[in-house]
Amino acid sequence: MTAVQTTRAPAARPPISPPSLLRASSTIVWRNLLHIRRMPEMLLDVTVQSVMFVLLFAYVFGGAIAVRGADYKEFLLPGIMVQTMVFSSAIVAMGLTSDLQKGIVDRFKSLPIARSAVLVGRSISSLIHSSIGVAVMALTGLLIGWRIRNGLVDGVLAFLLLLLFGFALIWLGIWVGSMMRTVEAVQGFMFTVMFPLTFVANTFAPPESMPAWLRAIAEWNPVSAVTQACRELWGNGPPAAPDAAWPLQNPVAVSIGWSIVLTAIFAPLAVSAFRRRSRD
Amino acid sequence: MSAAPAVEAIDLVKHFGETQAVDGVSFVVPEASVLGLLGPNGAGKTTLVRMLTTLSVPTSGTGRVAGFDILRQPTEVRRSMGLTGQAATVDEILTGRENLTLIGSLYGLPRKYVREATERLFDRFDLVDAADRMAKTYSGGMRRRLDLAVSLLAAPPILFLDEPTTGLDPQSRSGLWAVLRELVSEGTTLVLTTQYLEEADHLADEIVVVDKGRVIAAGTPTQLKDQAGRASVVVTLTHAADLDRAAELMTSCCQEVHVERGSRRLTAQAGGLGDMTRVAAVFESSGIELDDLGLARPSLDDVFLHLTGHRAEADDASDLTDQGVTP
Repeated sequence: MTAVQTTRAPAARPPISPPSLLRASSTIVWRNLLHIRRMPEMLLDVTVQSVMFVLLFAYVFGGAIAVRGADYKEFLLPGIMVQTMVFSSAIVAMGLTSDLQKGIVDRFKSLPIARSAVLVGRSISSLIHSSIGVAVMALTGLLIGWRIRNGLVDGVLAFLLLLLFGFALIWLGIWVGSMMRTVEAVQGFMFTVMFPLTFVANTFAPPESMPAWLRAIAEWNPVSAVTQACRELWGNGPPAAPDAAWPLQNPVAVSIGWSIVLTAIFAPLAVSAFRRRSRD
Repeated sequence: MSAAPAVEAIDLVKHFGETQAVDGVSFVVPEASVLGLLGPNGAGKTTLVRMLTTLSVPTSGTGRVAGFDILRQPTEVRRSMGLTGQAATVDEILTGRENLTLIGSLYGLPRKYVREATERLFDRFDLVDAADRMAKTYSGGMRRRLDLAVSLLAAPPILFLDEPTTGLDPQSRSGLWAVLRELVSEGTTLVLTTQYLEEADHLADEIVVVDKGRVIAAGTPTQLKDQAGRASVVVTLTHAADLDRAAELMTSCCQEVHVERGSRRLTAQAGGLGDMTRVAAVFESSGIELDDLGLARPSLDDVFLHLTGHRAEADDASDLTDQGVTP
């Protein structure tokens, strides 16, 4: 075969210097955030939807829910913020499945980068995604009367607890995302798990009014510990009822503990599921 | 060719549970040549490419790309090759330019190089006007070209293409073929999978025919055609109504008669020109009107049929009713 028209000289190979895990991950974060900028509707789940939750509960149900020693709106806000954070595991799962499905993960895997960069990048961008939601919640809260009453240090500590808990749940998201084949399946599964997880808790109503068996589940639910910790750190409600289960008596320590335990359970599951998916 | 081979598959095996997707495949691709992996859907072509490009871990066997072992030196393999997957794996939400920036940064290429290479590649692939549009607005052909541009960004000496033209219209297909031939003339080694015999015939120096995870034939397109053997007489009728009578006539004078109703065509084995004149004489006296009568050398399609007993392209089966008439 004779060369057509002008034969170009073979392009000299450029210097390839495989990026560090940190650089590769931050490139992937840049790419994921660009998606959010192009499709701001991706944020609806943590913004409009959460604001709707705040308004529905504060003004529709709120009047009917009695909270001992606290204003319901103040009581509600930390609960909704924890719920927003819990949803980041669904966000990470959907993003990962979508990238796997569309072959984007394959493309990344064909490059000389650490394969964990895909997961690290996904996790960080999902945390940013949820944090935007938490910020929107905080602003909405400020408008309807929620305040941080215990000073800056405790206030910041509560936000850090939220991030830590979100980080732990992201591994659950990666696990689910690596095992499921379609985004629709992930969405169905995650919402089925997330709703009871965030409602059978002290997020929207005090567990004292629940039947004893349900109250026990609610009080041992990790979501309750984190919610109680935020309430106490922000000064949004009284300490847990004297007869409440032990986790609610020590919410800050228990929240940290739960985050470590959940990470220890789900991180190995997530990594091995992702590896298994990546071998074929 | 004396140089070390660009790509080698060494007894590659891949099982998915009970399924043996690839069952002991070996081949060698010399530098600056084109290997066509030809086979029907599910033959194991994609799995082979995924193993050689380090996306999938072989159950057993190994391979070398640019001299690097796919199991022991995966990072070096990834630095030496580009991959264009079956579904164009570009990021739809990013613009064409951002897709290249993303991949350039993940290769750790200098920014200045990425900028210049992007201009060069977009120019070459006729994407200049679309460079700053989101890739989801691209047509199928443009997406493929962007995918190829992404794969070529780091100027890899070896390029794997998994069904690069599946789903493209004929014009985009021949455009892509021209680009690929140009790459080869510049010294790039190509490994491409295809279901299209025409494509393999057109592009490949060597063809490896794969069916059910095994190599069933290998050679140059000419060698494969010779292997399929004899020529055949092909008769095309003017009226479909004459098909049955024509088949009877053919059967009386030839062997292995096939009737393709949709195209009003009959084929029969032929030893040489003598057979053709005999068939011509038979039809002459029958009064059946003919559009065409001739001698055909086997195409790759016939090669495939001969080797596997089924056709490579599923589409063929649907618009022709193939009927073997036995004497």
